[in-house]
Amino acid sequence: MTTNARCIEALGCERFDEENCSTKTSEEQIKVEESVEELFQLFSKKLTIDINAPSLYRGKHVSYLKKCLFYLPNSYECLDASRPWLCYWILHSLELLEETLDAEDRSKIALFIGRCQSPDGGFGGGPGQHPHLAPTYAAVNALCTLGTEEAFSIINRETLQKFLWSVRCANGSFQMHVGGEEDIRGVYCALSVARLTNIYCDKLFENSAKWIISCQTYEGGFAGCPGLEAHGGYAFCGLAALCLLGKEHLCDIRGLLRWVAHRQMRFEGGFQGRTNKLVDGCYSFWQGGAFPLLHKALADEDSTCVSTNWLFHQEALQEYILICCQNSLGGLLDKPGKPRDIYHTCYTLSGLSVAQHCFAGQEKIVGGLQNELARVHPLYNISQEAYINASKFFYNLPPL
Amino acid sequence: MTDSGSEDLSNEPPIIFYKHRPEWDDVTPVPQDDGPNPIVAIAYSELFQDVHDYFRAVLKSGEKSERALQLTDDALDLNPANYTVWQYRREILKHLEKDLQEELTYVRGVIERNAKNYQVWHHRRVIVEWLQDPSHELELTEAILSRDDKNYHAWEHRQWVIRTFKLYDNELEYVDRLLTEDIRNNSAWNQRYFVLNNTSNFPADIIDREILYTIAKIKKVTNNESAWNYLRGVLERSDYGICENSVVKQFCEDLYASGNRSPYLLGFMVEMCEEQIEKGAGDSFYNLEQAVRLCDSLAKEYDTVRKEYWNYIARCLTNKRNSHCNNGSSKALIEEMNSAASDGTIVTSVDE
Ligand SMILES: [Zn+2]
Repeated sequence: MTTNARCIEALGCERFDEENCSTKTSEEQIKVEESVEELFQLFSKKLTIDINAPSLYRGKHVSYLKKCLFYLPNSYECLDASRPWLCYWILHSLELLEETLDAEDRSKIALFIGRCQSPDGGFGGGPGQHPHLAPTYAAVNALCTLGTEEAFSIINRETLQKFLWSVRCANGSFQMHVGGEEDIRGVYCALSVARLTNIYCDKLFENSAKWIISCQTYEGGFAGCPGLEAHGGYAFCGLAALCLLGKEHLCDIRGLLRWVAHRQMRFEGGFQGRTNKLVDGCYSFWQGGAFPLLHKALADEDSTCVSTNWLFHQEALQEYILICCQNSLGGLLDKPGKPRDIYHTCYTLSGLSVAQHCFAGQEKIVGGLQNELARVHPLYNISQEAYINASKFFYNLPPL
Repeated sequence: MTDSGSEDLSNEPPIIFYKHRPEWDDVTPVPQDDGPNPIVAIAYSELFQDVHDYFRAVLKSGEKSERALQLTDDALDLNPANYTVWQYRREILKHLEKDLQEELTYVRGVIERNAKNYQVWHHRRVIVEWLQDPSHELELTEAILSRDDKNYHAWEHRQWVIRTFKLYDNELEYVDRLLTEDIRNNSAWNQRYFVLNNTSNFPADIIDREILYTIAKIKKVTNNESAWNYLRGVLERSDYGICENSVVKQFCEDLYASGNRSPYLLGFMVEMCEEQIEKGAGDSFYNLEQAVRLCDSLAKEYDTVRKEYWNYIARCLTNKRNSHCNNGSSKALIEEMNSAASDGTIVTSVDE
């Protein structure tokens, strides 16, 4: 169950080769590798005295998150239009760390998220703000993570569905808000909340699969809009949205697999968001989370080829997260030298959970069982348990 | 941030809060309604709170005036990601029939300070749409890309302008300039594909030209995944797939013979083998044995971080030949996955 880290000494040959052609891309890459190498070396020394290394600073992360749950410094003013996201990132991180909140706090949080719900349906970035698909997705995920009947009942499903209709475009894509931008995040957020709360209907997503597929690029990943560059965040949205439609086979699955498999960095072990870009902890989920979805699609095609592991290096990703992305005071981050924040805390932990868990009995926990996180449901990125409870609640309600 | 010395140097007038401005006396500020138990409460500065209290008041009353427009300036200065403020600003602009060229100048300033923000670029796009004037957009995006040549929003805006107003003419030259500066700039490679995809149907002469262009770039830097991906992308648009082009075939064989073991070269050769196997036309070089050997060397030596992937590809290739011999254990696996999938869970949970 527990598994060893890669041999640090043998990693030297994985360093970037500039081939006598230094460019901005290669210079930045080499700088990052140097900072990562430094941490790998330190870890290597630590390993000689601590066989459980690398360890997850579970307690530190929990206290950091709990502090943020009630109070955020004014550097978070730039996220004043994303407060349901702040709730979701914190709640989901705590859930993965298997930290439970008391009933009173759960109730307070649910009521606060309720204040972000718009009379027109959907949720805004804060009380009184216009409804927007991104905070709507975050609010629904946060409420499902809370998992109480009070939290589930906050969601007004009738007006939510009306809101989804109001941002739907004829070509099957979705605007983020009325009068707002249109990209692949929209259709994923819409599908995710529609499926979770049992308000999905075929008509609402007519043409959506076709539009999503038009975002798949010659590289194999998905872009935010047709024509743009393949990108980890959008690739996840595209694949997950197709899976939620049950139409993942309409895209080029093998091309997508090749692209996403190649986003794992040979030296750092973490994922980059795009070809020739730098490693970033948050792509641990955006790219890593695609593998469970791909696994099923590939198994449908030919069951004899897939194994019991995901098709990426699960140990290498865990090492990158545990060695390079933890702030010793709690919270996780993009790459060495960057500040911690709750967005990166949420998505590095989500990616860590994916990397730890494949099929039942096939866990691979780097650094020992005390590092194990709760399992995520890769379509929604809420915990498996939260998903099951939410389904029980919403699928016992009458359809709209 | 608290460097008082810099304040003396700036010519900015001291901040007067809205609550202290006589011309705003008639408006009652609306505080944020977080309820009795605020969650994720941000410690707003006094300025932030003041401006937003008045913005909420204006939004509520529906006032569309010069002073309300000015107020959105201040709110967006403090938080350019507030889409509600942007949306309201657009309503005011329309209502007052404001000079939209001025608005373009304004939003350019905001973009220059916040180039990685969805809302500012969306606002720019709406104003350009209203004006039907794309004349500044190529220059603007070029300026932003000169500072960060992979800025996704800038590329998105540039593609939208080029597509909407048919401004493809000099784009390949621009791309070429960027690739000369940084041969690894994947956004520029993607833009090259975008231009050709929208201006041609990839006829044979363009495919041949692009192959030569790309091969020259790969010769310079063989470990450049961007160029290999582009090469595959272009070849996939030909009628013959990736394996039938004699120039590419020869290039790969020569590079391999020279001792080059770039994982992108080896991976490309695996795909050439795969295509040959599928066509049932495996030749003496591109065949199943070669493909499996290449996958094995990638998994064990040249691309070890992707060992699961390469082993999987090798299994698929072998299976293609030996189809119809599914073994029991993998059947059990697929059953487990299908049952997990049918109730919506992708991975099954365990009792521990
Ligand atoms: Zn990140």
